[in-house]
Amino acid sequence: MSFLKGLKDGSPIGLGYFAVSFSFGIAGAKVLTWPLVTLISMTNLTSAGQFAGLQIMADAAGTLVEMAIASFFINLRYSLMAISLSQKVDANFGTGKRLLLATGITDEIYAVSMSQDGKVSARYFLGLSTLPYVGWALGTLTGGICGEILPAMVTNALGVALYGMFIAIVVPPMKGSRPTCVAVAIAIALSLSFRYVPALSGVTVGFAIIICAVVASLVCAFFFPMRESGDDSHEEAA
Amino acid sequence: MNMEMYFKYLFVMAGVTYLLRAVPFILLKGEIKSPFWKSFLNYIPYTVLSAMTVPAIFYATDSRLSGVCALLTAVVASLFGGGLVTVAIVACVTVLGIDGAALLF
Repeated sequence: MSFLKGLKDGSPIGLGYFAVSFSFGIAGAKVLTWPLVTLISMTNLTSAGQFAGLQIMADAAGTLVEMAIASFFINLRYSLMAISLSQKVDANFGTGKRLLLATGITDEIYAVSMSQDGKVSARYFLGLSTLPYVGWALGTLTGGICGEILPAMVTNALGVALYGMFIAIVVPPMKGSRPTCVAVAIAIALSLSFRYVPALSGVTVGFAIIICAVVASLVCAFFFPMRESGDDSHEEAA
Repeated sequence: MNMEMYFKYLFVMAGVTYLLRAVPFILLKGEIKSPFWKSFLNYIPYTVLSAMTVPAIFYATDSRLSGVCALLTAVVASLFGGGLVTVAIVACVTVLGIDGAALLF
């Protein structure tokens, strides 16, 4: 399990991340300058979390507490992956290396690591994480710069690319799973309420997302607990 | 937004995200067994992404109509098996077509 094999296995993830983070860069350019948007990608490496974070930054009423709670719930699944990955790594993958490489735990990198035969070495995991990280940062950089240069109508059109990708992640599992449909329906119904019901419109963007996601997921976990572990099944980018 | 506030936000966001990955990676040895919490964590990405997309996509473009149409075409493209990039392109082309046409007429 060498560094080079990791690089090779990570290259398709890197290409995919470039496309997603390009859209993030475009969306971010509406709020921040391109170096600041790129710095978010270089320090976070998480699509949904970064996008929610960006919305909280853009919201004049957003607070740091909201940022902490939103990041916590949106990225909580990485803890689950980290736990399961900690069983899969070899004996030389010590605490220091784990602290350095923990940022590489994303949906796709985790899924590829778990699909390997035998234990995962630190070298392989570093190789596997490298191109996705580079793709994620460069895509954001490119998107951020394009977002500042291109006319508003084009960036608005490109801005829906990220939503398009979110839709492409959510819809396929809905086809095969009625509980997922219910979860999505509850989340959307709550999200619409926060926007259109006057009594709820005082809730800030970040808390609205947290409440929608946590309530819908709790309800469905209670009524439709999953039999299979399935924790590597979703195709979310980063 | 001023730089000081930006760096505070960035520090909180990156710090929480990093700790969620690093702490269980070095400390926990057992697997989460509870089907309830496993299911909860499995649903989270889908509910987060849904809540972030609707109704925000309606307000992301020059007109309400193009936002609504982008949602519809993206869902259809995805139902027909389109991948991440394909569905994203379909949504962008929809918005360009509708908002572009609105400029012309």
